[in-house]
Amino acid sequence: MDSVKHLRFDVAVVGAGPAGIAAALAAADSGRTIGLIDDNPTAGGQIWRGAYNSARPSASSIWFDRLNKSAVQIVRGARVFHAAAGELAAESDDSVIQISYGKLILATGARELFLPFPGWTLPNVMGAGGLQAFVKSGLEISGKRIVIAGTGPLLLAVAAYARKCGAKVIGICEQTTRPKMARFGLKMMLIPDKAAEALRFAYDLRSIPHWTDCWPVAAFGNRRLESVRISRQGQTSEIACDYLACGFHLIPNVELPRTCGCRLRESFVAVDEYQQTSVPGIFCAGEPTGIGGLELALVEGEIAGYAATNWEDRAKHLFAKRARHQKVVRILQDAFPLRPELKNLARPDTLVCRCEDVPHERLCEHASWRAAKLHARCGMGPCQGRICAPAAEFLFGWQIDSVRPPLFPVRCSSLVALSSHSAPRN
Amino acid sequence: MNKPAEVVIVGAGIVGAACALELSAEGLRVLVIDESLTSAGSTGAAMGHIVVMDDSEAQFAITRYSQILWDDMRDQFPTSVEFDPCGTLWVAADEEEMREVRRKFDYYRERGVSAEILDSQQVRDAEPHLRAPLAGGLRVPGDSVVYPPCAAEFLLQKARALGARVIRAQPVAAIGKGVARLADGTVFAAGFIVNAAGQSAPKLSPGINIKPRKGHLVITDRYPNFLHHQVVELGYLKSAHSLTSDSVAFNVQPRKTGQILIGSSRQYDAENSAVDESILARMLQRAFEYMPDLSFLSAIRVWTGFRPATPDKLPLIGPSPQDPSVLVAAGHEGLGITTSLATAKLICAQILGQRPAIPIQPYLPSRQIAAEAHV
Amino acid sequence: MSESISVRVNGKIVSVHAGSPVAVAVLASGATCRVSVTGQHRSPLCGMGTCFECRVAINGEPQRRSCQVLCEANMEIETNG
Repeated sequence: MDSVKHLRFDVAVVGAGPAGIAAALAAADSGRTIGLIDDNPTAGGQIWRGAYNSARPSASSIWFDRLNKSAVQIVRGARVFHAAAGELAAESDDSVIQISYGKLILATGARELFLPFPGWTLPNVMGAGGLQAFVKSGLEISGKRIVIAGTGPLLLAVAAYARKCGAKVIGICEQTTRPKMARFGLKMMLIPDKAAEALRFAYDLRSIPHWTDCWPVAAFGNRRLESVRISRQGQTSEIACDYLACGFHLIPNVELPRTCGCRLRESFVAVDEYQQTSVPGIFCAGEPTGIGGLELALVEGEIAGYAATNWEDRAKHLFAKRARHQKVVRILQDAFPLRPELKNLARPDTLVCRCEDVPHERLCEHASWRAAKLHARCGMGPCQGRICAPAAEFLFGWQIDSVRPPLFPVRCSSLVALSSHSAPRN
Repeated sequence: MNKPAEVVIVGAGIVGAACALELSAEGLRVLVIDESLTSAGSTGAAMGHIVVMDDSEAQFAITRYSQILWDDMRDQFPTSVEFDPCGTLWVAADEEEMREVRRKFDYYRERGVSAEILDSQQVRDAEPHLRAPLAGGLRVPGDSVVYPPCAAEFLLQKARALGARVIRAQPVAAIGKGVARLADGTVFAAGFIVNAAGQSAPKLSPGINIKPRKGHLVITDRYPNFLHHQVVELGYLKSAHSLTSDSVAFNVQPRKTGQILIGSSRQYDAENSAVDESILARMLQRAFEYMPDLSFLSAIRVWTGFRPATPDKLPLIGPSPQDPSVLVAAGHEGLGITTSLATAKLICAQILGQRPAIPIQPYLPSRQIAAEAHV
Repeated sequence: MSESISVRVNGKIVSVHAGSPVAVAVLASGATCRVSVTGQHRSPLCGMGTCFECRVAINGEPQRRSCQVLCEANMEIETNG
């Protein structure tokens, strides 16, 4: 049977991406005990993947340096699968960890929205953030041909990074319209920090084709990806490539916040100016409160960290900075809405649920997500609908129902450890 | 223009669906009304074990009758129904339970149900993941497993093909005197109304005694060939017997996908559907006692469901005591999937004034009034 | 970090940078991670432990999400595809 470890923190932070790291460090200033819990083997989340151990200096180095020198206890490889008042249960490779906390900061990040199209299940079709994360953690792509498709500035970041690592980025397929893209560029130029970033991108991406009104129509290959057919302003063409990195928006990971009872507003976790959710003592920072990118996540994390340790003054000092970066949220939403043509990419036999291999035509037989689940098994696999439910919501407009426990698949023995209580609560 | 229905069935779960098919097959015009878009009741949560039980003659009669009906249909089922004739393996932990094994064996043999006594070694050969030592077991090869939501949907589709109409997402507010009234005021008149509303049956037919009995289930990731039969501990019967206390019993099922369904628990007076960690833990620990390797399997989902239970553990199949035009078809506890087809036959026989294939007395709702009158 | 580690994917030795997850070793070896329920070959999709396409057996233990397990020297990785 699993061993059960008990940990107790004044402030527990779930998610060691930028928001969580910023939150933990801010909270640590108070001298209270801080725990930073993440299911990956190292801290950094998606965007700072691999940077923790990297000798190469990067924007994240300062943060990791501070984290290393701080008193924050990092709990790695621990996947939170259950939450009750004042407590979390996480599963690691060999144990269940019961974590009791005084305050909780949720920085669970976001995951990619995947839109089904013929061939999207071929090996080497990946998420844009996913490919970037693999490259950052050691995947060699030098000389590989990469097509990047989807929407938003993430594509530019991935393209720039891939090129730096020696890949041949054949093109960036941006589904938004040319006018919207141009307006986005202009608006970003008006924000001081962003202007510099935009110019850097323009330089890093020089001579890489960036096509607007462009999206993947199908991927081809025998055992793995060999080519992509794209639609570009009404014309299709085929591009031979080794990787297709797709990034169509991010879906906030709100499953844990919902389980904790946090109210949502328009599918994001609702928070007040101190990043506190509708549940007193539970805070949320970063993408789950609104997709806004790295800088916003960092400042939200800091605010949450100070607020959770009753340092409202310091939190208040950051409100203006947050407001500046929050502008980005709106700009992103306006510039990159998903166009209706993307709903028609899937053919009847295109899989929507990858865990259970459920094709589009089977989902068409049903009128609700629940019916599709029960009858067609869509979302009944180990990903618990994390990949297919957002796609189904986009394709069919279905409201996805509530989260069922456990939050992630866990060993049956871990479910038993749940009820063998637990450290005494104060 | 649709002709008015001759029978209105409230509830499109497994029982309502089975009734719809049976009545449509007899040429009656049927209208089925369900409050949800899809299996929102017990059918959506159920294990789907088709099993002969011998708690009482009446229970044996209806489960055996129904099991044969399921078997008769097996060639018609599409793959989505996941019909699997895997059989049941009742396992005995000690000599006392082995005596029960022999009793069951004799009981079944006398009544033509094929069964086989297994000793300690044979029971582990049959299911290698069972711990040693167990005293032995009873294999009942005629039992099987289905996937209830798709089974109900299949029955309903067949009924539709025979002319039945189905209205979904419409709660029924009241039934009686040849009329079913929806919450939105719409009224349907029919010669007969079948109350197959599961948990909601007492709301529509006040006076019938059905109480929810909460259960938990866990489903794992795919582990093909881990399990071959539905495996149930004989202590299950003690669990199902208890009328008042919370109990767990080892009960696992192989699904055609290779996933393992792990149960079972029973709780009275637990009306909220939230997962209860403490009884879930007890249930799993009981399962690990019989099959330790289950503890390593990945659990993808946990859910709860409610079995509609009657005090004497037999379903209610027959006229409502208050209104003979209303036929109750509810209260099947943990045997709803199994006995749905037989229930439909019995309801149909009563509507058509035909002789039912098995004696109907033990299932009549009027017995509950009589029982209460004696208190 | 130029330090590298050797692991075995389906018996074949693969060299990766230290700090690489097992998924990277599988990708580098040219193998795919798993076979889906209708027989399709699958490789990692999300890179963050949510898609479950990267499941492989590591040192005999099946169904491990390889994007969240770091390579260790002499690890035995078996794919199902």
